[in-house]
Amino acid sequence: MQYSFSDEQEQFRDIVARFMREKSPTSEVRKLMETASGYDANIWQQMNQELGLGALCIPEVYGGQGFGFVELAIVLEEMGRNLFCAPFFSSSVLATQAILNTATEAQKSAILPDIASGQRIATLAMCEANASWRAKDVSMLAEPVDGGFSLSGKKHLVTDGMYADTFVVAACVDNGAGKSEAAFFLVQSDASGLRRAEQDGIDATRKLAELEFRGVVAEMLGKPDSVKVDKSIAFSCVALANEMVGGCQYLLSSAVEYAQLRMQFGRTIGSFQAIKHMCADMLLEVELARSAAYQAAQAVHHAAQAESEDDSEMLALASLAKASVSDAYIRTAETCIQIHGGIGFTWDNDTHLWFKRAKSSEEFLGGPMLHRELLMQAWGV
Amino acid sequence: MENNVIDSKIRAVQADVRVWLKENWHVNHSLLEWRNLLVESGWGVPCWPKAWYGRGLPADMETAVNGEFAAAGALGVARAGIRMLAAATLLEHGTEAHKQKFLRRILTGEDNWCQLFSEPGSGSDLAGATTRADLKDGRWLINGQKLWTTSAHHAEWGLLLARTDWDLPKHQGLSYFVLDMRQPGVEVQPLRQMNGHASFNQVFFDNAVIEPEYLVGALGDGWKVAMTTLAHERRSADGFRNWGKVSNGEGAIFEEERAENAIFNEPYKWYPQRAGRVDLIMQRARDSGLISDLRVRQEIAALLILSETAKWTAQRARAAQQLGRPQGPEGSLGKLAGSHIARAASRVHTLLGGAEVMLKGKDSEMQGLIAEILLSVPATSIAGGTDEIQRNIIAERVLGMPKEPRFDTGPFRDVPRGLKK
Repeated sequence: MQYSFSDEQEQFRDIVARFMREKSPTSEVRKLMETASGYDANIWQQMNQELGLGALCIPEVYGGQGFGFVELAIVLEEMGRNLFCAPFFSSSVLATQAILNTATEAQKSAILPDIASGQRIATLAMCEANASWRAKDVSMLAEPVDGGFSLSGKKHLVTDGMYADTFVVAACVDNGAGKSEAAFFLVQSDASGLRRAEQDGIDATRKLAELEFRGVVAEMLGKPDSVKVDKSIAFSCVALANEMVGGCQYLLSSAVEYAQLRMQFGRTIGSFQAIKHMCADMLLEVELARSAAYQAAQAVHHAAQAESEDDSEMLALASLAKASVSDAYIRTAETCIQIHGGIGFTWDNDTHLWFKRAKSSEEFLGGPMLHRELLMQAWGV
Repeated sequence: MENNVIDSKIRAVQADVRVWLKENWHVNHSLLEWRNLLVESGWGVPCWPKAWYGRGLPADMETAVNGEFAAAGALGVARAGIRMLAAATLLEHGTEAHKQKFLRRILTGEDNWCQLFSEPGSGSDLAGATTRADLKDGRWLINGQKLWTTSAHHAEWGLLLARTDWDLPKHQGLSYFVLDMRQPGVEVQPLRQMNGHASFNQVFFDNAVIEPEYLVGALGDGWKVAMTTLAHERRSADGFRNWGKVSNGEGAIFEEERAENAIFNEPYKWYPQRAGRVDLIMQRARDSGLISDLRVRQEIAALLILSETAKWTAQRARAAQQLGRPQGPEGSLGKLAGSHIARAASRVHTLLGGAEVMLKGKDSEMQGLIAEILLSVPATSIAGGTDEIQRNIIAERVLGMPKEPRFDTGPFRDVPRGLKK
């Protein structure tokens, strides 16, 4: 394990950070979150053409740049810090990781180049009424039909679902032995029998939709394999954890900065130990969470490059990171509001934008309680 | 290219040590004879100056030399207690006479040392010391009380911080002395802790005498000199008690070293327990059957997440340091993280023990070890700087927040202290 980034990675971070600062000031975030699509197509295009971020960790044979997961984690941290509004997480993380982990070579060659270029926006439709992103909880059944499989049922909490061109849908097939196995299926947004409806999210920067499938014909990605389905979600958890760390850092900096501006009782509130100690505690929590996210990113980096028989350590670190950062993010958000006082509860103050992202992210892809349990299981306990 | 040069230098040093050890190391030496040989050869403290028992090698050679000692199974100089802090302080601030008198016997183990800094009235506020040193008839008379002094009852010499001027602001009125512990004016009493151990002492001074040549640094430079001692204490905090690792070699010389270590390890035997003994949690959970309890699993996972992420955070700090990058916030957080871990571990041990935690002693869980954990953890967030002081340091030095307002900048005589009347 490495405990630092290389000089090249630090330089890459600087480039991404500058782009995010310039393109995603809170004025822009506030503007975009009020739109239906939630993103600016021009900036999306710039992000892909100038920085090639959509292509970043897609292998070169599929039209990508072939960087590793650590570089992806760096991008997400900077996006999370600036609440960058774009379907990046849906397309380049959720859908891409599902495809990379399960699809055949031919399927990858067919789908990934357009995702890499940003021309096609893909997302994942997995979660059902039971609000779970685990293979064993998928109950949508894929019935074999001519030309593929037929999907019926509902999927909800589909990020960027209203504007995605392509859906990677989780469903199960009967494996013949009376048990079902989860698989991912590819569905285009114009498929017959597919209806989508907007869902009102607590976090306006994360657009959600409910999809209804009525005998939608879909192509299966690779073979049914619940282990690989869970593995691709684990990868996405690590990506999300790194995005969340960026948000934690914003909230911490914002609280410390405000505490040194706000005067009460003739002195800055940051000169009171009550506030200083809250800030010190926040820093500790954020740094511990950061260590978890970085450590997990490295584990996925290696797991993605070398097919390993035993993924349990990677799965453990993924759950550890998601649990650690979920707790840190919401607590940092709560503390940041507390330090701001009344103004922190107003719409005009920016803190609630990150608070809502923290709350939404806390349970997205599984909450901290679930992931603590999954951690114990991955450790063989 | 550069690495090759360094490598070849290391190899040359290793070859020298190896040859010297081959010719000189023998288990038939007495411990003192052997240490005298070490001191004369410079191999006992190779990174000390040549003039003072060392070989003037760069600090990064120490590991290489130690490796050769370990390979040969040879013992090193005395390291137990705070002797190396005393040595570092004297090397930096001591006179030639101090170095002459003290350094050699520190390394041979003939003299033992203790640190006389903390007082009942100055804990977090260490510079508020009120033990006084008054010059009378050409000698310093010491009166007052020190606290938390480890191994005072084994020590020949003490590093003393005492007030020599009450009219200056508090940091400027302190001076630093070497005190002879074996004199009538010094009384050492064990201090019993809430966990029943008495690892520390209180030291009372009643007209204890210090000859004027035992002042270290200039008069009024006590705080500056004490900072040197404390900096070495912090730097060596990780490997501080490496000397506690007892070799299992056979022969009289090893017996001697084990006896020496046993005395100095005694006060620290509960230290692992005060950190919470996270290492015991999983096995205890399995043994108790509570490992399948969902609530217990949650608590254990939360604790292990805390302890793992704290480890990685420390490793990130070390990696940044090795790369010569600016020290991030990671470094200052370890102590505070340790307090959280210890408290969380104590809670989980309680959860696993249930009502059994009402017991202590031989018949209780793990022959009293669990009770010792529960009764020792409260020390973690106090010893070596309280959590509150750590938070101040983190807020001020890492986050750049305002310093605490001060009410102690005038003449020390007028500073409110002790208990409020």
